[in-house]
Parts: sequence; structure tokens; C-alpha cells
Amino acid sequence: MKKNFLFFNFIFILSIFIISCSKDTSEVINYNEEYKNIFGGSLINAMAGEPSNLIAMIAGDSASSAIAGNIFNSLIKYDENLNYAPDLAESWAISNNQKTITFKLKKGLQWADGNPLTSADVLFTWKLITNPDTRTPYASDYQLVKKASAPDPLTFKITYETSYAPALDTWSSLHILPKHILKDEDINNTFFSRKPTGSSYYKLDDWISGQQVSLKANEKSVLGSPLIEKLISRIIPDTSSQFLELTADNIDVMNINPIQYQRVFPARKDLQQKVALYKELGNGYTYLGFNLKKPPFNDIRVRQALNYAIDKDEVIKGVLLGLGESISSPYKPGTRWNNPNLSPYPYNPSKALELLQEAGFKKNNDGILMKNGKPLKFEIITNQNKQREMTAVVIQKRLQEIGVDVSIRVIEWASFVNRFIKTGDFDVVVLGWSLSLDPDQYNIWHSSQQGPGQFNFLGYSNKNVDRLLELGRKELNVSKREEIYHKFSKYLLEDSPIIYLYAGYGLSAVHKRVKGIKNPAPPAGIYHNNYDWFLPKPLRRNEISAR
Amino acid sequence: MKIFLKNPLALSGLIIILTILILALVAPIIAPYDPNFIDINSILFPPSINHLMGTDGLGRDVFSRMLYGAQISLLVGFVAVGIATFIGVILGSLAGFYRGWVDSLIMRFVDIMLSIPTFFLILAVIAFLTPSIWNIMIVIGLTSWMGVTRLVRAEFFSLRQREYVLAAETMGSNHLSIIIKHLLPNSLTPIIVSSVLGIASAVLVESGLSFLGLGVQAPTASWGNILTDGKEYIQFAWWLSLFPGLAILITVLGYNLLGEGLRDILDPKNKI
Amino acid sequence: MLIGISLVSFFIMHLAPGDVTSSEASFNPKASEESRQKLRELYNLDKPVIIQYGLWVKRIAQLDFGNSFASHQKPVLWERTDKSGNVTKGLIQESLPITLMINLLGICIIFSISIFLGTLSAVRQNTWVDRSITLFVFIGFAIPGFWLALLLMYWTGVSNQWLPISGLHSLGYQNLSNFDQFIDLLKHLILPVSISSLSGLAGISLYVRNGMLDILHQDFITTARSKGLKESKVVFIHALKNAILPLITIVGLSIPGLIGGSVIAESIFAIPGMGKLFYDSVLMRDFPVIMGILTIGSFLTLIGNLLADIGYAWADPRVRKGLVK
Repeated sequence: MKKNFLFFNFIFILSIFIISCSKDTSEVINYNEEYKNIFGGSLINAMAGEPSNLIAMIAGDSASSAIAGNIFNSLIKYDENLNYAPDLAESWAISNNQKTITFKLKKGLQWADGNPLTSADVLFTWKLITNPDTRTPYASDYQLVKKASAPDPLTFKITYETSYAPALDTWSSLHILPKHILKDEDINNTFFSRKPTGSSYYKLDDWISGQQVSLKANEKSVLGSPLIEKLISRIIPDTSSQFLELTADNIDVMNINPIQYQRVFPARKDLQQKVALYKELGNGYTYLGFNLKKPPFNDIRVRQALNYAIDKDEVIKGVLLGLGESISSPYKPGTRWNNPNLSPYPYNPSKALELLQEAGFKKNNDGILMKNGKPLKFEIITNQNKQREMTAVVIQKRLQEIGVDVSIRVIEWASFVNRFIKTGDFDVVVLGWSLSLDPDQYNIWHSSQQGPGQFNFLGYSNKNVDRLLELGRKELNVSKREEIYHKFSKYLLEDSPIIYLYAGYGLSAVHKRVKGIKNPAPPAGIYHNNYDWFLPKPLRRNEISAR
Repeated sequence: MKIFLKNPLALSGLIIILTILILALVAPIIAPYDPNFIDINSILFPPSINHLMGTDGLGRDVFSRMLYGAQISLLVGFVAVGIATFIGVILGSLAGFYRGWVDSLIMRFVDIMLSIPTFFLILAVIAFLTPSIWNIMIVIGLTSWMGVTRLVRAEFFSLRQREYVLAAETMGSNHLSIIIKHLLPNSLTPIIVSSVLGIASAVLVESGLSFLGLGVQAPTASWGNILTDGKEYIQFAWWLSLFPGLAILITVLGYNLLGEGLRDILDPKNKI
Repeated sequence: MLIGISLVSFFIMHLAPGDVTSSEASFNPKASEESRQKLRELYNLDKPVIIQYGLWVKRIAQLDFGNSFASHQKPVLWERTDKSGNVTKGLIQESLPITLMINLLGICIIFSISIFLGTLSAVRQNTWVDRSITLFVFIGFAIPGFWLALLLMYWTGVSNQWLPISGLHSLGYQNLSNFDQFIDLLKHLILPVSISSLSGLAGISLYVRNGMLDILHQDFITTARSKGLKESKVVFIHALKNAILPLITIVGLSIPGLIGGSVIAESIFAIPGMGKLFYDSVLMRDFPVIMGILTIGSFLTLIGNLLADIGYAWADPRVRKGLVK
């Protein structure tokens, strides 16, 4: 009797699967017709974490900057081809000695509450971010400004001590904040962080803690009106739940992973009909970094050997299902900063063994590489990130093949930073850096940036690289700069303080009711023109009929 | 054994547990592949003759990983409960035997531990100590001894007044030998039952920790890990979540049936 | 008791690797230096441990839990109003009601179903009814919650679109009437509540079953039967009343779980409750929040236990009489 019951339960669970695998029979809407652009509708996306603080200079988490980016403007921005373009500033001029930049603001700018936006606000923002009491990690770039002034309401003028090449880049990422609201507030702890007043296309509509943040079109926006009336970001921590919501038509935009892109979508006709996929080169790369202060990683031969021993193509194929590129300099492939003459270390295990033997390692009877009686043994640590974890597993396998004893430890971010990175108590990390648009990488590679909590935690130090990084910061001539950073990349590749693993594609799934997305994605990515996206009326979600 | 036959639920629990135990023990012999063998040309293959339970996101054979995962899941259960039982028996014996202030001190401590949400405790400790299979087992053990303590204490309370115990005491046997020779053997039933049930919970806690990314470290396979990997593709690669899900379900069920069955069987009230 | 709990919480905080103050989850030397300073002030870390503890208890006694370390710096416990009248809600203030609502609903469901199932299997002891019920509640306990949750979300939310998948409210619920808002909320709660109830069925229903079995063999039931009372009356009026009584203490004991909520269910269903808050705080090393939740949680447990004791006394005539005397 009981066996029957168990069997029955088994069948019940199986049947859930079978039902769930059966085809969706809802009516088919044709999303592929041509539609005229029109204002209105709500776009819903999902994010894993709640934004903590909409003042971007304080927040530092990606959820916050994503939302804040729709509310605030900077002086200038990048256009779709990653050239500088006007944002609040209409034009900018660089003085002959290359030390002074003068921004001219657009006329008639105003905040969402109707107050005028002037150069006084810009000056105020600069003072705020350079104020030592402000808790921001981004101050150092702006502290290089020796003098800032707002001679008239439309002019903002800054002078640097020495010429500073990344200057424009830093001004393209600084959100200008309203002086009239914040002048008497403590920026570190103010209501403004959850109730901001900005100047961009959208303004905050409603924020339900832990559930959703919704923005609506800012009718006072001087940049014009966006076409989508409301942007709603739902907070859904679990990515599998997010994906279920996407397939159930409840959210319009989400980032997906390679398996969803390569395997799930091709297998699901019903999804293909209503969801479009976009692929663009992402903004970051993943690397394996050595603790250069620790033997044997202070030996360049060991680093190079391990570089030869790792099959990057296998990692890209296995972890990213081919949705990534291998790189050989810390810049986006295809941009001018990327040195086209460099190529990654090929997979060559015998060369790797040769180099390791040169460095004094010999295989013992168990096939483990030994030097002075000690095995070549280390631990790869990485944070809780599925792709990085899988990458570490693939690498471990390859290194074990040539006789290196590798273990893996996956740690959540806070412990990772505090116990290992800040203390320098690690062997090898698998981590990522962003592929910045400005080539300056002083913070990451200059030998002076090794203090606890600073970015050169690997302990990289090379006099030539130091010199190039210092030069590159001062050089404003683009082709000379290009030359400098090409040289820098070459040193970096030779020294192999990190092994470039891959630059993964950013994969997005967007519901087909959203129109106006540029495909193929421009260099700046599909989200770059999201104010031009629109939702044709017949395709909009019926909002009131809450299921 | 006859009594087992009379209690079909307990019997099926026993069979389940024995089967899984055997499978875990012979895993190296029957597993068709190395559980960590990566094959990037066979990523997410559905179940077939070659891969009985399909392959995972790195082309590893799920069936082999399940077999090795059984070892881990069982190990976590046994060691965690071993620790909990050990602590529980010692503290419970002390409280039940000496009573008085020893008892009230220990019972206050039990009350305190009971009023802090256990899973919170486990989470905080594991996150702070960095997850590893040993930390997980120790922490689960250290946060689940309260039940056993109470049981042993209650059992001792009732046993202490029995004549044979009083006799042993007047004959001058030392306390330790009274506890070990007379009291513990007679309180074995509830200890065994609660241990068996405890293993069931430990297996579930391990899968929960894996879900939160605080479980056993990669590349080691545990059922919780495999299930967590699979949840992402529940609509597509169903085999990645079905098999570990069912394995956890059946195992925990087996422990529960066995535990409850043992309670019935060993309970003197049920003896005719 | 309270002292003990605060000691344990305090101990956990000191478990964190190294100095508590080295805990800032970012590559940000400056912010972390400042938060280190703040922590020192908050917990008087330069003083000996015993004094630290004493000062901390003193602040807690005044319900001063401080502010979160996260960049929003929300108050841990209760809302705060700044000089221009902007209210910032407290983290626990926001998440506790959600968790309590879900878990109280869950408890009601668990108890009503368990009492029914437990009684049924006691009355039909050792029949197939008894065994199927036992098997059912055990399966409910044994099935990994997040797996079942995803399956059900897919089945009821994607394939059939009967129920919402995650969250607490539908889009545009502000435009609904109060009644419809309530219905909307209920719909969102069906899955999370049933998943969390399912795992609790086993314990309680077996408890009821075993309690009923004990009572059904007792003298007064035999007497009642011999008086010729109907079996159903015997079971439901005489026996059940006595079997349910001890459940009141169980409610008290289940409070920690209730306050803790379920981290996993809350992540899966995107519900901003205490469990999720605690998990996030642990990952961010947000010590004021961690300590606040542990303390408040334990405190509520104590209240719960107290209420259970009072309830028990009120319901049990023997104790009640004892009280009068």
C-alpha cells in the first residue's frame, strides 16, 4: 500500500514537470510589425539588489548607479560611438597649456522642482566631492583640480596643477547635484539619498522598500522628453525567479547568462516570439591574478608558465559557451587603446613545463612539480560569482594536468576583501576589472598604489610601467597617448602579473514590445539610448488588471 | 527484525537509508566518470545511455556527481549530528545527574540557544568563518545539540529514582560509571531517534546553505550544490534539479521514516 | 535570560575575522577608516571587553540600535525624522511586519491542518490513512523548499498564470480598491505561505497524533466511551481538547523560527522580510543591523514564550485553579 503511495507522489512530482514542459497556448501577438513611436507605458526591469543611495558619489553599488543615471546629468557624456558629447554642458574648451578646461552650460537648465540649474550647482558638486568629510571613494580624481570657479551662471572653469588627460572622463561620470537642496544637508546621511531631485529624463515616482523603485518622466527635463513614461525596477534577488518572471511576461528587461542565451532561448519557440536577445561586448574582463610578493609568483617564469598552461579558449567555450573574447591588454578590443599587435599566450603545456623546469621545479613520482622539497601548490580564491567559480574549476583541471596542486575557495565578497585582499593573505585570485573608456590605469598598476585597500593589491611594480602611467596621465595628444598605452600593455603582457582570461559579452533579454533599440548594439551598448525606446500602445501591458 | 516487518514505513526508511549508504560507499566503483571531469563538448546534455542523469554546465556527468555527492551529504549529516549528540549527551547527563545549579545553568543556556533563530546563527558563523565542509559540519553540530540535551536530562530525571541506580550509588560506584553503565544505556532510545531525525535536518540545512552560496566548496559535488546549479535552468535542463531534488527528498524522508519507526518500535508502550 | 542572549549576540559579533572594525565591504580606504572610527565609538572598542559589553547593553536598554553601516545609513530599529520633516523608516520597522504576517498566516495554516491530520491519523492508527498522512507530512518536510518553490512558481505562474510569481504587490496596485489590494496581497502570499507551512506540518501533526494516542488510551476517555457517548464526540470534544493544550507551548517555542522567517523563501519570492535583511547584513558586515535583529528577535521570542505560558495557564483548568489559590 505504502509503496503505491510513494509511487503516486513520485508521479505527482513528475507530472508537475511534464505540465511545466508543455507548450504555452496563449494567443500569439505579432511583435514584429512596424510601429510609430509614441509616449507612454511602463518598462519593467529586474535587479538583484536594492539601491542603497541615489547619490552616486556615495553609493558605489551598481543598482544605485543604474537608477541614479536616469535621474542625474553630468556635464558631458559619451555618445553611442564613445566620443564625448554635450550633456549639461553645451561646449567645453581646453586651454593651450592643457591645464584649464572651461565648460559652457546649456541655457535655461532647470531642476525637476523648477529651480534653475547653474554653474553654481556644478561648483557646489565639485566642492562636495572634494570635501574630506564626504564619504566617497571617487574624490582623488577631482582633488587634482587646483582651482575651480563659476564666473557666471553658465560658465564653469577648472584648472589642474599639471595637465591631466583623464579629466574629461572624470567629468562625464560626476552627477551634478542641486545646491539649493543640499547646501545645509550632511551629504553622508540625508533624505536626499532616497528622495532625490535631478535634472535628467526621469524623476523618482515611488520607492517601496525592498520591492520596487519606479521613475516617471521628468517634464522639466531640458534634454527633452523620454518616450517611455515610467521605468519600474523590481527587486528580485534570485536570478531564477527573475527569469521565471521574464518568461511569464511580467518583466521586460533582464540580463541573462550564456546558458540562457545559447541553450534555453533556442529551445523555446514561445520565448523567441516575444523576447529579443542582444549581445554586446561587456564592460569588464576576468583575470587570474598572482600575489606578486609571494614566492613562487615573484618569479616571472612561473607566471608565464602558468599562463601557457591555461587554455583560455576552453574557458571561454566552457564557461561562456563561446560568448566572450580573449584579450591581451586591459582595453576593449576594437578601441584605439587596445594594442592590436599583442596576442594572448597560446595554450602550450610543454612550454609551460619547460619554463617551470627552468625555474627549478621537477616532477616527483606522483607527477607533482617540486622545488626544494616543496610542491607547487596554491589556492585560487574568488568571490561568490558562478562564472568565476566555474572558471576556477576549469583552470584547476588544466593546472593539475601539468602537476600543479590547485585548490579553490569561493568566499563571499566582504570576507574576500577583508581577509584576503586587504591583508595580502592570498596566493591567486580570479577576479574582474572593468574595461574603462579612458586608458588611465594608474590606480591599478602604479607601484605607489599598494597600500591596504588600494587597487594594486597584487603588488605589481615595474619602473617602466610606472613611468608610462605617469606620462599617460599628462599627455593630451591622443595618438601619443595611444602609443604610451600600447607600450604599457606590452609590458603588462610580458610580465604577466595577471592572466587575461576573457572579456565576456553583456547579454540582455528585452521584451519585443519595447521598440527603438539599436541592433546591432552600438559601441556604447543598447541601453545608451533608452530614452529613445518606446512602447507601442497595442503592445503595452494592461496595468490595472492585477493578476 | 520482525517488528520492522510489522512497521512498513520504518522498514522502507531503513531500506532507503541502506541503499543510499551502499551507493555512497561504492561510488568510486560504480561511477562511470570522474565526478570532476570537465568536457566542454558535452555541456548540458540530457539524460542518455552515456550520461544516465545528463551533464551539467561544465559537461560533468551528473550521475557520477550525484554518487559522490551522496558521500558528502551523508558525511555532513553524520558528523554534524555526531557533534550535536556528543555535546547534548554530556550536557544533558550533567544536568540530569547533578541537578541543582548545574542543571539550571545548563538549562538556561539551552533556553538562550533556543531563542536565537538557529539558521541565523549558522548563517552568521559560516559567513564569518568562510565556508568549508568542516566548518559547515561543526556549525550545524554546535547549533543543534539543545534537543538532545533536553531529552537526556528528562530521561535521567526519571531513571535516577529507579532502584538499581540508587543501589549502585549507595554501593559507592563513582558518578561516571553510574552514568555510563546504568543511565546512558537506558536512555539510548530517544537519543538514537533524535539523532536519526537530526541527520535529516542537517542534510536539508546543507542544501539551504548551498542555495545561499555558503555550502560545500567547488569543485566538490554535494546534492545541495548540484541542485543550486540546476535551479537556474529548471525550465530547460530539468535533469539538473530533478535528480538532486529527489535524492534529497528521498534521503530525508528515509531518515524521518526510520526515526519515527524506531520510536514506535523501541517505545516500551508499544510492546505487547 | 536577556543577558544571556545579548552575551551570545555579542560573542557572534566578535567572531568576525580579526578586529570587528576591519569590516567594510569595499575597496575604499577612506570610507572604511571612517566607519572604523564610528564602530569604535559605537562599541567603545578601545575599552576592555567587559566595559564594551556593559555600554552596549546600556544603549540597547534605551532602544538605541544605531544606524546601518550601508551607505543609506537607515536607522536599524525605528524611523527617524530630520529637521525638515523627512522621515526615514527603520530597517526592522519595515521588515518585521512582513515577516510576522507571513509567518503568523503560516502558523495558523500549519496548526489547523496539523490538528486535522494528526487527529485523523490517531483515530485511524496503523491503517493506510495513518500511514499516508505520515508519509505526506514527511515528504512535505523532506522536499527542499526552494526547489518546490521554483517548480510551483513555474507551474502556477508561468505555465498557467494563476498566481503571481514573486513580490508582494502587482504592478499598479495603488490604483486598486482596498479590497482588491487585499486580494492582490493574498494572491502573492499563497505560494510563500504554503511552501513555508508544508515543512512545518510534519512536526506538529505527529505531535498531535502522538498526544491523541496517549489520551485515547487514558481512563477518562474509556469512561466517556463506556458512558455510551458517540465516538466522534469522545474524540473531538474530550480528547482533542486535551491533546491541543500542549500545542500552546509549541507556539512559544516556534517563535524564533517565526521571527527569523526564511532567508531562502524570502530570496526566492522577492519578499523583503527579516530573513533577507539578516542575510544581506551578514554579507555586508552591517553589524548594527545584525546585532539589532538578533536582539530584537530574541526579545520577541521571550515575549512569545511568556504569552504562551500565560495562554497555557489560562487554558488549563488545573493550572488556573493553582493560580487562584
